[in-house]
Amino acid sequence: MDLYEYQGRELFERHGLPVLAGGVATTPEEARAIADRLGGRVVVKAQVKVGGRGKAGGVKLAEGPDEAVARATDILGMDIKGHTVNKVMLTVTADIAEEYYFSYLLDRANRTFLCIASVAGGMDIEQVAAETPERVAKVAIDANAGVDEAKALQIVEAAGFPAELTDQIVPIAVRLWQAFVAEDATLVEVNPLARTTDGTVLCLDAKVTLDENAGFRHPDHEALVDQAAVDPLEQRAKEKDLNYVKLDGEVGIIGNGAGLVMSTLDVVAYAGEAHGGVKPANFLDIGGGASAAVMANGLEIVLSDPAVRSVFVNVFGGITACDEVANGIIQALALLAERGETVDKPLVVRLDGNNAEAGRAILDGAANPLVQRVDTMDGAAQRAAELAAAGV
Amino acid sequence: MAIWLTKESKVVVQGMTGSEGMKHTKRMLAAGTNVVGGVNPRKAGQTVTVDGAELPVFGNVAEAMTGTGADVSVIFVPPQFTRGAVVEAIDAGIPLAVVITEGVPVHDTAAFWAYNLAQGERTRIVGPNCPGIASPGASNAGIIPADITGTGRIGLVSKSGTLTYQMMYELRDIGFSTCVGIGGDPIIGTTHIDALAAFQADPETDAIVMIGEIGGDAEERAAEFIKANVTKPVVGYIAGFTAPPGKTMGHAGAIISGSAGTADAKKAALEAVGVKVGKTPSETARLMRELMSGS
Repeated sequence: MDLYEYQGRELFERHGLPVLAGGVATTPEEARAIADRLGGRVVVKAQVKVGGRGKAGGVKLAEGPDEAVARATDILGMDIKGHTVNKVMLTVTADIAEEYYFSYLLDRANRTFLCIASVAGGMDIEQVAAETPERVAKVAIDANAGVDEAKALQIVEAAGFPAELTDQIVPIAVRLWQAFVAEDATLVEVNPLARTTDGTVLCLDAKVTLDENAGFRHPDHEALVDQAAVDPLEQRAKEKDLNYVKLDGEVGIIGNGAGLVMSTLDVVAYAGEAHGGVKPANFLDIGGGASAAVMANGLEIVLSDPAVRSVFVNVFGGITACDEVANGIIQALALLAERGETVDKPLVVRLDGNNAEAGRAILDGAANPLVQRVDTMDGAAQRAAELAAAGV
Repeated sequence: MAIWLTKESKVVVQGMTGSEGMKHTKRMLAAGTNVVGGVNPRKAGQTVTVDGAELPVFGNVAEAMTGTGADVSVIFVPPQFTRGAVVEAIDAGIPLAVVITEGVPVHDTAAFWAYNLAQGERTRIVGPNCPGIASPGASNAGIIPADITGTGRIGLVSKSGTLTYQMMYELRDIGFSTCVGIGGDPIIGTTHIDALAAFQADPETDAIVMIGEIGGDAEERAAEFIKANVTKPVVGYIAGFTAPPGKTMGHAGAIISGSAGTADAKKAALEAVGVKVGKTPSETARLMRELMSGS
């Protein structure tokens, strides 16, 4: 889960990192209250999870509360690259002399954590690394040893931060690591880490990604989810413990296993090329079990998407036998009818693997007019795309 | 032969007495796996009867190894306890630990991986969030259905469970030496490269199917490895060509970050080193079939 800047700033503050005083507002009136509290000149920043908000006009200076209200009014509701601004963060301003870069992140390739630090901050670090790699230090961090003062000193030296700032940057490096571990983050990025004209080092931005797998030891993280930005179908799926991702297409997808479902999306998209460019409408992995109840929940979510014109149920019977899956599909349709749901979209079902013949026979025997059986994944994808195109 | 898991492997199950552990212990036994016991500190000293087999429960992995000569542990404990369970297996020095558990925090995986390295990497860790290893006709450590395919000479390594089963099924008449599900998490104990190296060295494997998916650059690094080290033919498949950036697609590691981790980049890297990459699972199976029939 990616946090908003204001959430990152608050997280940094909680972990003793030097940040600018500030607050977050959802209305111009709230912005006034914060500007009153902060006093003097403030900066008003759009809270969106996308880069380039400054260029889009989402970051403005304000001299006092009245201007803060005016700037907040301008920015709230603004659309930045498809993201609606629902919140603005206000902070006091700082006179920046120099901008640096500092982050800890997961290093998948080396199966460890990495510190990236650079004296060239304020811009995209990937660009800096591509153009002037000598200005970017990468220091591997042992997950168990972590970052103590000695390690922090090593980072400071590797990055070439000014010697007179060592006393300030070392504790920042240590505390940032502590925050990274304590919050189960996979990224904490400070860009810029700034030196002000009076020589103080401050974290002026906060980009944080949290590991959702660690949610069980962070009940407080749930509150960081921006409910307004969550797709309502994704939210409903989550409540039913289903792994659903909304996409922009017409063919609803249900499958078992993440890899198989990803593969199904691809195969449907290829098939769609010959059928008016129809695309997969969603990712939905119902997991290994594929019981009637789970199948019914899955179908209900997928069919709630008004864009869906046909549904492709792609199941490989591994642990679960296909006859159970076939019964699950038939029962799911009955269950949905009982719940008063209208099911009028065609379902293309492909069953393969364990007890496939028995499963297919069950589907044939049920003779549900909405259910069409195709026995290969490629053929079924073709059929589902064709039906979606015809239904548009 | 097969890699890592053979007829001789003696398997203990950490978390055997839990519902998942019990279900899959039964399945592993039915597949002919030599399951020799379980580990649960709260039930140490008890005996559990699983489908007629009397399995002793030990307090920890080290005791299980001493008591039974076990050399493989399959781990089914919940995510909260996985780090501790893997560290215990490493401390015992067990040669192979297969971590089935899904939903392990990546800081925990990073910690047990770093610990394994610090102990001299005595333990091969497979997973977490993986279906395990199956050497058809010999042994089965994990949750891969044992009856899909018989013994043969194809080696399979995959990030995805169901795509593994699909591929095993499509090529069941040819058969497999070993199928390794390495898992879809951002940090995993055994990589495509580890499996490729083992299959290359295995005299009973003639060709390799490699299944990848979006996220990270493991497939690109595997391509480099194939170029330098693998002379056996490799057929590849990548899932997630149409996945949008920034969205996690089921597996914790399956996410395109910015422009990194796309299926297109992975396919291009594999093709550049001569790996034939199928557009769909069926086409991938067909490519392997052609290869094995010498056409």
